[in-house]
Amino acid sequence: MSENLLEVDHLTKRFGGVTAVNECSFTVQKGTITALIGPNGSGKTTVFNMVTGYLKADSGEIRFRGEAITRPRPADLYRRGLSRTFQQARIFPELTVEENLVVAAGYNSRQLFGRRVSDSDRDRATKMLGEFRLETLAQLPAADLSYGQRKLLEFAAVLMSDPMLVLLDEPTAGVNPVMIDAMEQHIRERHAAGVTFLIVEHDMQLVMRLCDPVIVLDQGAPIAFGSPDQIQKDPRVLEAYLGS
Amino acid sequence: MKFAITRAGLVRAGVFFLVLVLVPIVGGPGWLLNTLTFTIMYAALSSSWNLIGGYAGYPSLGHVAFFGIGAYATAIMFNGSVYGGYAPFLMLPVIGIGVALLSVPIGWVSMRTRADVFAIVTITLLFITQTLAFNLKEITGGAQGKSVAPAPFDVATYDWPFYYAMLIMLATAMAISMYFRRSKIGLSLATVRADEDKAHGVGVRVTAVKLIAFAVSSGLVAMVGGVWAYYVGFIYPQFAVDPLITIGMVLMAFLGGRGTLWGPVLGSFILVPAQEYFAQAFGASQLYLIAYAAVFLVIMLFLPRGILPSIAERLDRRRAGAAGAARDNAAAQVAPMPPSEVKVVR
Amino acid sequence: MHSLIQAVILGVLTGGVYALMASGQTLIFGIMKVVNLAQGVLVVLGAYLTYTLFTQWGVDPFLSILITTPLLFLVGVGVQWALLRPLHGDDVAQLSLLVTFAIALGVEGLLSFAYGATLTNVQPSYANFSWTILGYQVSLVRFVAFVLSLVVLGLLYLILQRTKFGRSVRATVQNPMSAQLLGVNANRVSALGFGLGAATAAAAGSVFGMLNSFNPGSHYDLISRLLTIVVLGGLGSIGGSVVAALVMGVASSVVSALASPIWSDFTFFVVLLLVLLIRPRGLFGARTRGAL
Repeated sequence: MSENLLEVDHLTKRFGGVTAVNECSFTVQKGTITALIGPNGSGKTTVFNMVTGYLKADSGEIRFRGEAITRPRPADLYRRGLSRTFQQARIFPELTVEENLVVAAGYNSRQLFGRRVSDSDRDRATKMLGEFRLETLAQLPAADLSYGQRKLLEFAAVLMSDPMLVLLDEPTAGVNPVMIDAMEQHIRERHAAGVTFLIVEHDMQLVMRLCDPVIVLDQGAPIAFGSPDQIQKDPRVLEAYLGS
Repeated sequence: MKFAITRAGLVRAGVFFLVLVLVPIVGGPGWLLNTLTFTIMYAALSSSWNLIGGYAGYPSLGHVAFFGIGAYATAIMFNGSVYGGYAPFLMLPVIGIGVALLSVPIGWVSMRTRADVFAIVTITLLFITQTLAFNLKEITGGAQGKSVAPAPFDVATYDWPFYYAMLIMLATAMAISMYFRRSKIGLSLATVRADEDKAHGVGVRVTAVKLIAFAVSSGLVAMVGGVWAYYVGFIYPQFAVDPLITIGMVLMAFLGGRGTLWGPVLGSFILVPAQEYFAQAFGASQLYLIAYAAVFLVIMLFLPRGILPSIAERLDRRRAGAAGAARDNAAAQVAPMPPSEVKVVR
Repeated sequence: MHSLIQAVILGVLTGGVYALMASGQTLIFGIMKVVNLAQGVLVVLGAYLTYTLFTQWGVDPFLSILITTPLLFLVGVGVQWALLRPLHGDDVAQLSLLVTFAIALGVEGLLSFAYGATLTNVQPSYANFSWTILGYQVSLVRFVAFVLSLVVLGLLYLILQRTKFGRSVRATVQNPMSAQLLGVNANRVSALGFGLGAATAAAAGSVFGMLNSFNPGSHYDLISRLLTIVVLGGLGSIGGSVVAALVMGVASSVVSALASPIWSDFTFFVVLLLVLLIRPRGLFGARTRGAL
């Protein structure tokens, strides 16, 4: 049976007088690729930031793996299996591609005093880079990568901790069409391997062929939820995108 | 593999320290050993500052506070007697560990803020320490200062123990710097410097590594302060907690290249002799201050990244041809393959 | 009780002058994101100019503000143009901080060269005049200084609220990127802003010279107090720095009266650390942590 991996319950966030997220509730079920879509300014990224601990909610509750997250902190959540990427592909440009993966793999306080890149680190990183076909770039500074490659690298890096849930913030924005296909392929492979996804994305064709279910956000709250087919037929969604 | 210990690196360090070890034995004019002692002192201070200011990107402007605490610790403990002469040196590790522990809560509070506010908060640390040195008269002697009992060393080789103590401090600071670079501490610090928010997001133990760097850095600086107090023999608040010492450490790291192993050393070996020369040439301290400010401005305006990184960048550009080719190959591999074929290839 | 109230009065009057200095510094930060470590030395420079005008030409210290303010305004614009604008590199914020420190050292050196290191102060004939109201002493100089600070702060407020320059400044403080897109000339705003910050230092300096003995090294004391004030108020918030200056003024004056003057500066630092412990962004500062 389906199991709720992430539950967002009446989440609210105001910036000054503007309510960015308003009593927002939804769930992400284990094993899905759930999409979070909505017009610009509908609060998608704000929701992401609250779920991943970067922003404190004014009210509401977030539960991950059935446990309420009372003091959301990015590092803790990451270690518990919730990782994310950023819209602008945030990587560490001064580190090598390989080090970008190693640093994201997670290490305990004892390993902190160990080698910068140990042999087992290297094995794991090489395996991941192979999967993303970046292995020839392993020793280059990440600053040398193209934008698309950076997006792939950031994605590969957050997978190093074997997360249960990955939040992708516009994984294909600003990337060429071929790279979009590659990204889709990687998401599918990882999904097949058991990872759950929550994706904010503007490319509707991609959303419709990749994601199920789809959550539509407007003015900080969900207005529709369902399969891609249902969403496409929903008059409220059409209105949200075209109206106002 | 820029973080591996290479033979060239070992040879470089070996030659550098061998020459410095031999200097007193070979001899030379009297002023040389004195100038060199202060040069090595600043190299040690700057290398220690570099652990937090360079690698972590948290530019502390208050490190002279720890220097002063170390200096006062030595002066207070050895005010009456130095017990044969070597006891103050043997106490240094105790001072270092003590100050490192003391610095943990201080670092924890001040590193809740980001770089620019952090710089300000650490400056106030400097003023707090100075005020305490002035006001706690019973312990520090207040404005009157505090002296260390004279060292019973032979006049001919009087400077030697201090010189070698400073040299050991420099070697220690550089060894720790090297260790940071080669361990996950350095890797984690690099992520903190580049993008602290993102570092949190991939589970880096940000607070822990920042505190480690801050504490080790502070402890080392305090130990150098201990040697210094013993060497100069008499300290008072403005002298031991002098903003110019803080600025010296920072400036030398900036000049040579912060976040590098040899940058702070290079910066010190250029600036301290230059300082001595200014002081000689201009005599009057006001002009010395002006000259210092001018050098400072020139470095910031024309060499903002420091000497070593600028050279490295130039060398990198020469190598970029090869790297670029590798990247293009890889890009060609990733890019033009439609996803259906990608599966087959794998 | 009497001494407590007396201390509070003194603290408020002193705090007003610090509010003036700090408002300039926080304005500079708001516009350029530069922590100006030279603000203290600019105050001392203003005090020395007033001193020279008074002793050489007999210009009244309060009136000399009309001369020192425009002068330091130009100095500020020049500094920004020559030393801060050309900075480049990955961390301009850190570099600017150090550049302003270098400026502080350089000006300290120049002042020592010109005036020597002995303590001086500006002593007009009315320097020691004071009123006694309900048994509390209020010195004329302190009172006029306080009123003057309020007037200059008011002018600053008007400039920021009512002029085109002020609108550009406020736009830049809120969002530098969109301000530029809206046609705000960032370089010009920065130069004028730095000039304005220096001008407030000059006005405060004239007053400072009457209230305190000073020498070229005095800027360390000043900058340490100013930094705690602007951080406490929340960097970039002028209103916050005014409140913080008053809080600090009263706190240190009370400590000075009830405990000992040698601990009065210490209160600044302790208050600052306590506030940062609870609220890392200061009392009124915008949230920077975790901003994405």
